[in-house]
Amino acid sequence: MAKIELKAIRKIFDSTEILKGIDLTIEDGEFIALIGPSGCGKSTLLRVIAGLEPQTSGEVRIGDVSVDGVRPSARNLAMVFQSYALYPHLSVFDNIAVPLRMRRHSALARVPLLGRLLPGRASTERGIREEVERVAAQLELSSLLRRKPGQLSGGQRQRVAVGRAIVRQPLGFLFDEPLSNLDAKLRVHMRSELAQLHRQLKATFVYVTHDQAEAMTMSSRIAVMIEGHIVQVGTPAEVYENPRDIRVAEFVGSPKINALPGVIREDGGLEVLGRPLGLSTPAAAGRCSVCVRPERMELGAGPAAISGTVVHLEHLGSEAFVHVKADRIDLPLLARLNPDRQLPAIGSSVHLTYPANAARIFDAAGKRIEVAVPVRSGRALEQAVG
Amino acid sequence: MAETLTANANLVAERLPAAVATARVQGANRARPALAMVAPAFMLMCLLLLGPLAGVIALSFTDYQLGSPTFSWIGLENYREMLADRVFWTSLRNTLTYVAIVVPSAVALGLGVALLIESGSSFRAWYRTIYFLPVMATLIAMSIVWEFMLHPQFGLVNGLLHGVGLEGFSWLQDRRTALYALCVIGIWQALGFNMVLFLAGLVSIPRQLYDAAEIDGAHGAWARFRLVTWPMLGPTTVFVVVITGIRSFQVFDTVHVLTKGGPSKSSEVLIHTMYVEGFEFFRSGYGAALTVVFLTFVLLLTLLKSAMANRGVHYT
Repeated sequence: MAKIELKAIRKIFDSTEILKGIDLTIEDGEFIALIGPSGCGKSTLLRVIAGLEPQTSGEVRIGDVSVDGVRPSARNLAMVFQSYALYPHLSVFDNIAVPLRMRRHSALARVPLLGRLLPGRASTERGIREEVERVAAQLELSSLLRRKPGQLSGGQRQRVAVGRAIVRQPLGFLFDEPLSNLDAKLRVHMRSELAQLHRQLKATFVYVTHDQAEAMTMSSRIAVMIEGHIVQVGTPAEVYENPRDIRVAEFVGSPKINALPGVIREDGGLEVLGRPLGLSTPAAAGRCSVCVRPERMELGAGPAAISGTVVHLEHLGSEAFVHVKADRIDLPLLARLNPDRQLPAIGSSVHLTYPANAARIFDAAGKRIEVAVPVRSGRALEQAVG
Repeated sequence: MAETLTANANLVAERLPAAVATARVQGANRARPALAMVAPAFMLMCLLLLGPLAGVIALSFTDYQLGSPTFSWIGLENYREMLADRVFWTSLRNTLTYVAIVVPSAVALGLGVALLIESGSSFRAWYRTIYFLPVMATLIAMSIVWEFMLHPQFGLVNGLLHGVGLEGFSWLQDRRTALYALCVIGIWQALGFNMVLFLAGLVSIPRQLYDAAEIDGAHGAWARFRLVTWPMLGPTTVFVVVITGIRSFQVFDTVHVLTKGGPSKSSEVLIHTMYVEGFEFFRSGYGAALTVVFLTFVLLLTLLKSAMANRGVHYT
C-alpha cells in the first residue's frame, strides 16, 4: 500500500506532446479514476506510472521512493488491461501463478522439465499453489482453474486478470479501462465487485476509463484529463457540481450539459439571449457560456425562459428526455424530466427555464467564472421561477 | 503446388459431408440446391485432383512405358521392384536426411531472423527484402550461382576457406558433402519465406501481452520469448514446419542442375529418381509407383498439420 506521486510528468512521442506536465498525488488506499475523452493521454499516464513507458521528463514516486528507471515489475504495481492480456496457452491457474513463479523461481527453475529437478522448487511451487487457490476462491474461480482463457466468458476472464493482479499483493493497482469489453449488464455488476475489492484490499487503485458512470460510482476522487492536462481533481460530486472548466462540465455528466451563449455586461450583469439572469460577476465584460445540467431544466415560463420547439422525446421509464430546439438560435437543448407529468408533444412550443443557482458560467477561454446572486433580484428570480 | 491442392482437397472434404448431413435433416427439398451448389467444386476436385490421383495410382499397377501403345496390369510388381531397389532406398534416405536437416534449420533461422528484424528499428524493409530475395529468384538460376560459389578451384567458398588457412572441398563432386551442400542451398532458399511468415505472426501478437509479461516480471528476452512469443507463434510455427517439410520433400531443381543425384547416388532424392525413371527411362508405371510413395509422405505431413492445428496451438 503506498502513495503515488506524479511531479511535472511530460511525455513526448516523436514530436507530439501527449502529457503536458502532470502533477497528481494519489493517496495511500485511495480509489482514483482518471477520466477524459479518448486521446487525452490517460492511458499513457497509467503506462508511465506502471513503468511501461518512460516519461520524457518529470518524476514518479511510489511510497516516497523515486521509481524512475525502475523496471515495471520492481515497482510492485499490478495492472489490469482492457483486453485482460491473459496468456491464452496457460490455464487459469497458470495465468494467476505467472507473477509468483517469475518472482520466486530462479530462471533455471523455470526451464521446462529440467527445472523440476532443482532442489527447493517443489516447496516453492506448493506455496504458489496455496496462494493461487486462495485468490481463486476469493474471486470464485476455483472451479475454473483448469480451463484456458478461451473457454471463459468475458466476466470470468476479467476476474482472472484481477486474480493475476492481486495474487502478488502489490502496492497499488492500475486498471486500464478494464470493463469496456464487457456487455452493459455485466459492466454494472463488475463495477460493484471492483468497488468491493477495493474496500477489501484497502490498496491504492488508479482506474483509467472514458466511462464517467464507472468513475462516478466507484472512485473516491476523479481526475479529469483533457488534452494532456489534468484539468480538475475532486470528488465525483464536486466535479459534477462545480466544474472548473467548460470541457470538464461538458465531459462529465450524461446527457451532456446544456451550454447557452451568454454575455457579461459592462456592469457585471449576466444575460442569456438578451434576458438578464439576475446574476452578476466581477469578471470582465464579454462573451461567456452559461451551462445548465439537463435535470435542472424545467418546463414553464419565467424571466430567463427560453422558447423553443420540441424536436424529440425519449421516455426511459424512470426519466424522460425532452429535446428542444431553441427558437432564436439554432441550439439543441435538453431537459431531463420526471415522466409522471404530462410531456409536451413533438412539434409543440415550450418554454424552458432554470433556477439561477443551477447556472455555471464559463468565460470565453472556458474557465469558470464565479457569480453572485444579488440579494433582491435573486429572490425575485427565485420567486418568479419557483 | 501440391500443398495447396491437398489443402483445398481437405477443405472440400470437410465441407462435403457437412452439407450432405444438413441436407438430410432439412428434407429433400433443400437437398437439391445444396448438392447443386456443391457440384462445381466437387466436379473440379474430381477433374483436377481425384481423377489424376486415381490415374497415377492405377498407372503404378501397370508396366506402361511413355509412348508405348499397350500396357498390361502387373499388380504390385512395380512396388516389389522398388522395395528391392537400392537406388530407391538411397533416395528415400537422402530425402529424409535432407528434410531432417533443412526443416529445423530453415524454421529456426527464419524465426531468428524474423525476431532480429522485428526487434530492430532501422533498415527493416531493407533486411526483409534481402532475406526474401532467394524466394523470389528462380532457383534454377540461383543454382548456377551456387555452382560457381562452390566450385572447387575458383569458388568463393573455397577461396574464403583458403583465406583462413582451411582445406576446401569439392563440395558438389564429393560423396561426403554433396547432399549437405544441397541442404545449405535449401535452407538459404526456404529461410526468406519462413521469415516472412514469422514476421506476420509476430506482428499479430497483442502488445498488451508483452506489457503484462513485463509487469509480471518476465524481464529477459528469453523469459518473454518463452512466456509470450513462442506460444503465440504456435499456429504459425506448425504452418511453417509443414510447408517447409512439404517443400523439402519436393527438392528437385538444385539436385537436377547441380549434381543429377551424384556422385554415385549420394545426392539422389525421391523426385529426382521419379523424374529419371519416368522421363529419361520412360518407365511411367514405375515412376507412378514412386509418386504414390511421395504423395503418402506429403499426405502424412498434411494430416499432422490438421491434427496439430485442431489441438494445442489454437487457443480460442
